[in-house]
Amino acid sequence: MNYIFYFLIVISIVIGAINGKLQEVVNAVMSGAELSVKIAFSLIGIMAFWLGIMRIAEKSGLIKIIAQIIKPVTKRLFNELPPDSPVIGDITMNISASALGLSNAATPFGIKAMERLQQYNKDKSTASNSMCLFLAMNTAGLQLVPTTVLAILVGIGYKNPTEIIAPTILVTLIAFTSAIIMAKFAQKFCPCKPVKEANDGKIA
Amino acid sequence: MAKLLNLISLWALPVILIGILTFGLIKKVPLYEEFTEGAKEGFKVSVKIIPYLVAIIVGISMLRASGAIDILAHFMSPVLNKFNVPADVLPLMIVRSLSGSGALGIFSDIANNMGPDSYATKLAAVMVGSSETTFYVLAVYFGAVGITKIRYALIVGLLADLIGIIAAVSVCNLMFA
Repeated sequence: MNYIFYFLIVISIVIGAINGKLQEVVNAVMSGAELSVKIAFSLIGIMAFWLGIMRIAEKSGLIKIIAQIIKPVTKRLFNELPPDSPVIGDITMNISASALGLSNAATPFGIKAMERLQQYNKDKSTASNSMCLFLAMNTAGLQLVPTTVLAILVGIGYKNPTEIIAPTILVTLIAFTSAIIMAKFAQKFCPCKPVKEANDGKIA
Repeated sequence: MAKLLNLISLWALPVILIGILTFGLIKKVPLYEEFTEGAKEGFKVSVKIIPYLVAIIVGISMLRASGAIDILAHFMSPVLNKFNVPADVLPLMIVRSLSGSGALGIFSDIANNMGPDSYATKLAAVMVGSSETTFYVLAVYFGAVGITKIRYALIVGLLADLIGIIAAVSVCNLMFA
């Protein structure tokens, strides 16, 4: 992350200077910083609402039931986590919400999942294998209903906007599956420090 | 098909809400108390991710402003021409991993300029629809729990984006070209 941060900024300045766009690059610092806070603040209300709903789902035992239902799949994927952990339910809620195009609901679910994954993580500043796998699934962004894209297509007078849904689902499935495979592969062969998780169900 | 999908996206949220609340009521969960208890965390989490968002979003805004993406797109164009990728779609391939609003902006541009029947619009639609903004997801999720050493997460995310691009180009070539 250190190198990425360094190179993002240094490369932007150097290329901006060569392109004669240094002023724009400098302006981008201000606008980018402002935008980040806007995004974070616009999340507060949505986040509060869905975390509240999630809390009810959790207290009622619904999350546990969901976790039970898809246990056969998740047991293999997240083999370092206790199979009955409520985190499995959080992950399922997150992936299903984003698949349905409900990204506002997906983010709070995902953060809840990350918080619980962090409880099983022994080294609190380093990502665990399960976190990397979960994020790989999320960055690949399994999406079955691309709502925003459809709205734009309808807006420009596209006659049959739903014809892009089938190819979108196909592509998203390919990316999603390969993300899982690559994360599992990297977990085995990546030279970066492996962190063992407390898979006996204890919270580290 | 179109009607069914619209119906699903319209009803997904209401059904989830009714389901969770009704189940909670049956299980005698004090709904209002637990809701507000959980909602309290919303503010904390949102504030906690600010530093991580600032780092990533400032860096990416600078990169986009510098014109580096156009240069990269220019160098890639001879290769991509062979695979029937219109030049307008090139910046989208790079931006979609960096910025969600940026990708949507480029997509609306392509859609408005090229029109509903063009191959570029269709390819761009599939590319935007099938992806998630890798850098944003990493900043928010790792930021929320204070992870700074992300190991292979970014590499896997970007490789998956690349595979998604290749898949989108191949599928659209088969279906629309």
